[in-house]
Amino acid sequence: MQISARLLGTTTVFDITGDIDFANSPEVRKALLSEIREKKTPKVVMNMSKVRYIDSSGVASLVEGLKASRDAGTRFLLVGLSSAAREVLQLSRLLKIFEVFDTEEAALAS
Amino acid sequence: MLLKVELPSDPSMLCVVRGAMERLTETFGFSASEVRSVTRAVDEALTNIMRHSYGGKLDRRIELSCLRVSKQQRVPSGQGFEVRLVDYGPKIDPAKLRGRKLDEIKPGGLGLHFIRQSMDIVEFKRARGTNVLRLVKYLQPEKREEN
Repeated sequence: MQISARLLGTTTVFDITGDIDFANSPEVRKALLSEIREKKTPKVVMNMSKVRYIDSSGVASLVEGLKASRDAGTRFLLVGLSSAAREVLQLSRLLKIFEVFDTEEAALAS
Repeated sequence: MLLKVELPSDPSMLCVVRGAMERLTETFGFSASEVRSVTRAVDEALTNIMRHSYGGKLDRRIELSCLRVSKQQRVPSGQGFEVRLVDYGPKIDPAKLRGRKLDEIKPGGLGLHFIRQSMDIVEFKRARGTNVLRLVKYLQPEKREEN
């Protein structure tokens, strides 16, 4: 799994490539919480179009990111969910709590 | 026996096992959706062993076996895919194997839920100083055209 960040104005976009599982979800969590809690970035976008698999620990990291953004009064958006990632979020009944966009352009414009 | 492997309790092994499970379940005849389900269940079960049974230690032993299950009358195809996971950690409190309710938005506790949703049978037992998790998924011929 690789995670990189792009700063677009006041928005940070995280590009994630590969599988998110118990081996690397702490890295995702750390990056997200640092951006939201410490830097207080107004809008954080997770581009997950290259994520083929996400496990329950990855979902937990996303939920933590969402909760932190709600606490901070900022926004946390998901972009480009693969069918597998969407399936996992649906199974956990958490899909509806996230702001989900098909494209990065749509997320940035929102 | 379809497959038998022994692996260390190192999370870096998870992607290796997922790759093997995807190929094996595909070959067994599961649909793409079922392949994802079984792979997810095994991945989550292994994660639980690494986290809870071995407390994050990387060098403990996990045994994974995959078998073809004998005919069951209630299953049209008569075929099932069984996964057995054995670890040598301390006895698990059965109360902790129930998972959490999904009506609460909070991180964590989803792994067991995914396992139960994915598999037809989920059984846990303590035997000869080991924890044994048995997961079974039956082949459903009428669903094989999905995906």
